Amino acid sequence: MRVVKIYKSFERFWHWMQAVLIGFLMLTGFEIHSSYSFMGFENAVHYHNIAAYLFIGLIVFAIFWHYATGEWRQYLPTRQNLRAQIAFYLTGIFKHAPHPHHKTELSKLNPLQRLVYLGLKVLVIPVMVTSGLLYMFYRYPQAGGMGTLNIGGLEVVAVVHTIGAFALAAFLIAHLYLITTGTTVLSNLKAMITGYEELEDEEELQQHPNQAALAHAIATNGEQAVTGAEVGVLAVDAKE
Amino acid sequence: MIRPIKVLFFLAVAIAILVVMEFPFTPVGTGNLEELRADHSKPHIASVDHAKLAALQGTFERPQDVTRTCISCHTERHHEVMASNHWNWDREAYIPGRGITEVGKKNLINNFCIGIGGSETSCTKCHAGYGWTDTGFDFEVEENIDCLICHDQSDTYVKASGGAGYPMATVDLGVAARSVGVPEKDNCGACHFYSGGGNNVKHGDLEEALLTSGQDVDVHMGYDGTDMNCTACHVTDKHQISGKLYSVSSMNRDRVTCDQCHTSEPHAKNILNEHTLKVACQTCHIPVYAKVNATKTSWDWSKAGRLKDGEPFHEEDEDGNHTYLSIKGEFTWEKNLEPEYTWFNGTADHYFLGDVIDPMEVVKMNTLYGDYADPDAKIIPVKIHRAKQIFDCENNMIIQPKLFAEKKGEGGYWQDFDWDIAAKLGMEHVGAPYSGNFCFVETEMYWPVNHMVSKADEAVSCEECHTPDNGRLANLTDFYMPGRDSHASVEFMGRTILILSIIGVLVHMSVRLFAWARDRRES
Repeated sequence: MRVVKIYKSFERFWHWMQAVLIGFLMLTGFEIHSSYSFMGFENAVHYHNIAAYLFIGLIVFAIFWHYATGEWRQYLPTRQNLRAQIAFYLTGIFKHAPHPHHKTELSKLNPLQRLVYLGLKVLVIPVMVTSGLLYMFYRYPQAGGMGTLNIGGLEVVAVVHTIGAFALAAFLIAHLYLITTGTTVLSNLKAMITGYEELEDEEELQQHPNQAALAHAIATNGEQAVTGAEVGVLAVDAKE
Repeated sequence: MIRPIKVLFFLAVAIAILVVMEFPFTPVGTGNLEELRADHSKPHIASVDHAKLAALQGTFERPQDVTRTCISCHTERHHEVMASNHWNWDREAYIPGRGITEVGKKNLINNFCIGIGGSETSCTKCHAGYGWTDTGFDFEVEENIDCLICHDQSDTYVKASGGAGYPMATVDLGVAARSVGVPEKDNCGACHFYSGGGNNVKHGDLEEALLTSGQDVDVHMGYDGTDMNCTACHVTDKHQISGKLYSVSSMNRDRVTCDQCHTSEPHAKNILNEHTLKVACQTCHIPVYAKVNATKTSWDWSKAGRLKDGEPFHEEDEDGNHTYLSIKGEFTWEKNLEPEYTWFNGTADHYFLGDVIDPMEVVKMNTLYGDYADPDAKIIPVKIHRAKQIFDCENNMIIQPKLFAEKKGEGGYWQDFDWDIAAKLGMEHVGAPYSGNFCFVETEMYWPVNHMVSKADEAVSCEECHTPDNGRLANLTDFYMPGRDSHASVEFMGRTILILSIIGVLVHMSVRLFAWARDRRES
């Protein structure tokens, strides 16, 4: 085993800021939706809007970071091990079966995570941001900031935004549980806090049936990612 | 090439600006009370003291003599008055579906005392003229203008009841004539506070308490505030007074708006300014009306005519409001009322005598146009006065009965209590048919509420409308309002997904714990 810096500092900052903001947007958002009463409608709207702008700011930085580091490739979907991963969650996990996916710096996400996170990034979050901005700036037909964008009322925008909110809430429930399914119950959480995680070392990897997949990943990830990997190794060196 | 770092920088600045925009600033130019007083309640310094004018000394036989004296100096002013609604009681209006019509108190009816037809001698107590009786009135005779009702500052000039606009015999016309000045609240209030036959009967937001109360009743007119006059907002030029009420008008013009002073973006919070696109100022800033004295909210004419020992009688509630009058029927009075709300684009239609009604439906005496999709429409607060009034159940037309008469036997309902004769005479008078069969029908009349504006911190709160539980705008269902509306199917789907997620997690976790416990036992 070797200790690897798997989540870089920006990545962790981004993750936790996102966690706080989405949590807060959810809290205030469902209050605006009148699901419950907590801080009052007026405050809920006020703080929801501020959190929304901050969230959009965070997204801009995150997109830049993913683009600059090449980390966006982590979310490229793959069918490799997809069935195995599903089987692991349905049965293997109860029988101490090994994780079918082997986490490395170059492939941090299992195939299911890749699919779900990609879905969040290219579907749910963009839909929420777009409908959220329309919600804020589009108010009345023929008037207001976006008069030419005449979609006849707030109803469609609100319904789409609500559906997205329910989807995010469902994701959050599943996510909070699934982080306990790492090597140990807390290993995933620790990794996201400290950045470091114990991963199987090179020899073990060489013997692993997924070696081919890893090699493929390295080949397709290109220079940026390899540089990322080197950084990780350097970090390990420094630690030793 | 644009460097990504630059793009990033600009985006960060843009987002920072948006975040800052969410925090309210104090708008520039909100003066303190002293400054506002100096600007808005300057006493009018008259350039002429009418008490010193030779022409006004002595006594006056007839009120027309006063008017002639006024005109002897103000040689052209009477033309202005004679072009005004206060004189003509009608104005030209285009109404879709009707074309160009004349609308006003002269020909329209309402669901209070119904209309002037046949009862002119009584109704024209509030005409700015002398001598309009049921036998007619010559609108070209300038000496019949009543200058004093608006300009008397002696507070002694009072028009007589049932006197066709003439002052009471006890009025010393000389005293009144020598006191004249620019109209004050009590001049306007002499008629506008007492319309419908008593204080605050019709409007609900215009009543005598405005003469003596503070900002807690009306933030603009309160004595402890800017103490503004009616004409501060109802700007007047050449005797044409701006503003009108849609009980008797139809077109979107000559309106008084809050924007005149406050601009269309008066709030520190941008989100509130955006509301002004679709929500009138009054909707939030008049949370309640009839704050001091009650206003009439319903009137059942069908109960009229009950007599005790052959004599008419009245009943009162604990505040002294008539709840029953033999001559008029049964009433409800309410105070501290929450307005009802409706869309309004500034145009209105009215029930015109002769229009055929559907007696199974509530008849609208006036119809305020507008809906959510209408770019000119805003949500406004209204008093809706509900009544049961007489109609011809064969011709399906609302009846204008003759109500007022000098004495018994002339056919006025208020003397003889005979609906049939009153209906026949009234309809004859207005030139409309009457079959001889009368019934009573439910009617509604919409009175926009514009006065009794509350202090800013008493405005309607967000939650009073943005709530799923019977909020103030619960009846306006032609648009989606956040916090009020949701889609049952989306709610069901969303909640189901959340519950299934939680169940899934719990089941998975239980099996894991069970497996873990089993393994521990075995090892």
